[in-house]
Amino acid sequence: MGRLNVTLCGVELDNPVIPASGTFGYGYEFAEYYDIDCLGTFSFKGTTKNPRIGNPQPRIAEGEGGLLNAVGLQNPGVEAVIAQELPKLQEVFHKPVMANVSGFSAEEYACTCAKLDAQPQVGWLEVNISCPNVHGGGMSFGTDPAAAASVVRAVKAVTKKPVIVKLTPNVTDITAVARACEDAGADGLSLINTVLAMRIDLRTRRPVLANGTGGLSGPAVLPVAVRAVYQVYEAVSIPLVGCGGVSRAEDVIELMLAGATAVEVGAANLTDPYACRDIIAALPAAMDRYGITDLRDIIGGAHG
Amino acid sequence: MKKGLFTVTENTPLTATVYRLRLAGDASAVTAPGQFVNIALPGLYLRRPISVCDADGGELTLIYKTVGRGTLAMAAMAPGQTLDVLTGLGNGFDIALAGDSPLLLGGGIGAAPLYLLARRLRAAGKAVTAVLGFNTGDEVFYADEFRSLGCDVTVTTADGSFGTPGFVTDALPEGYSFYYACGPGPMLRAVYDRAAGDGQLSFEARMGCGFGACMGCTRQTASGPKRVCKDGPVFRKGEILWDA
Repeated sequence: MGRLNVTLCGVELDNPVIPASGTFGYGYEFAEYYDIDCLGTFSFKGTTKNPRIGNPQPRIAEGEGGLLNAVGLQNPGVEAVIAQELPKLQEVFHKPVMANVSGFSAEEYACTCAKLDAQPQVGWLEVNISCPNVHGGGMSFGTDPAAAASVVRAVKAVTKKPVIVKLTPNVTDITAVARACEDAGADGLSLINTVLAMRIDLRTRRPVLANGTGGLSGPAVLPVAVRAVYQVYEAVSIPLVGCGGVSRAEDVIELMLAGATAVEVGAANLTDPYACRDIIAALPAAMDRYGITDLRDIIGGAHG
Repeated sequence: MKKGLFTVTENTPLTATVYRLRLAGDASAVTAPGQFVNIALPGLYLRRPISVCDADGGELTLIYKTVGRGTLAMAAMAPGQTLDVLTGLGNGFDIALAGDSPLLLGGGIGAAPLYLLARRLRAAGKAVTAVLGFNTGDEVFYADEFRSLGCDVTVTTADGSFGTPGFVTDALPEGYSFYYACGPGPMLRAVYDRAAGDGQLSFEARMGCGFGACMGCTRQTASGPKRVCKDGPVFRKGEILWDA
């Protein structure tokens, strides 16, 4: 085992860096830019039971140190993902992939997860109960501990693969939802999804995004992610995947000190397609600067 | 797509709001006219997508209009400054569709990417007609540059202060073999409705990444959702849906 290796829910990763869902497509297009086998794994585009065309334009706005998106879970549906996207991925990525799943009812989550559970390429199911850009699904499950637990139970009933639940920061107490997911059988938690946000166009005096609100990501939200991971690490005993504003190797270390076993990188992939490759390459030197021999030694290291 | 560092060699105003930016660096990833680049600007999180006006091995020419924070920041750049640029983005125009006498239709800043297209079409021996539309005579740029390539150029202005009064669709010639259009949405819609025959139209969109990863710029088409940045920005007339 190298000094970057970590174990996420029983599955070995060569390093803790994971492109976050929605910023890396189904992976194969990034293989045109670099060898994506250098990644720990990646979380593919949020997939639903049925195809979704997503929200109207515009879907993108900018903030200081970040961007807002309201894509709205555009995806071809789980059948097409299995038939068309995963075979293309298999040619260029030779590690277990994290399957990101969203839905509009517990049954729908379970249906999609059952189909992905049958795919040998899938190493983990990442259950997204935190998308802020769809109505009647997504985040509405992640803001209510009982609803979150119902989705986790439904998914756990159809898969033996590790189930990682992706949490929203748009709640009063993220630890309550985290505990409910752990109690319902979740094997891990990833946090945070985007922060609910809005920009207004001064010329039109209307929201920039056609959806009105969107999710803020990028370096602006890193401190929110560090806080959320730190709080949840104290509240549960299952592994955490830190996510939110990571753009440098130092950010990976900070989220691991807060309690993350692995770290997702989202918006940074959109401003620099080589971001994850470069973060992984920069990790050993950053570890040396802070006297870190082995990344596994620092998980939760900020807690007294 | 290629990521590289470019050095500003020129940043000159052509009109009150339109600038020509010349960059030295590896432009080899630009393979077709109508492609764009995505420029990282200090202090702004998202890159700014700008169409390629001309490309020649070690030099890129971009023409942009100051409309917001990003392009205003670009207008303040000085020669010698280095920029992180993603090049060779988007599909570009297909010159194989041109026929013998293609028509180019440019609206405002949309004329910029038609310049490299015109140069390639002239090099291939085509008889090129260009109709370039602007709001006012003060906003006209590059008409003489298109003429220098040997194009038959008509300029229209919406306020009638220069050239033919009206829009590009008021000056459509007869008998062209295929058309290529780039300009604002309402112009593209008018061209689609009124220009005879087949064509390719290049669209603008608010983009997140510019290389196909975020699904921020998706447009519905006759063959399903397409990313303007990666599957476009150029779409064949028959692919285009307007109200989806």
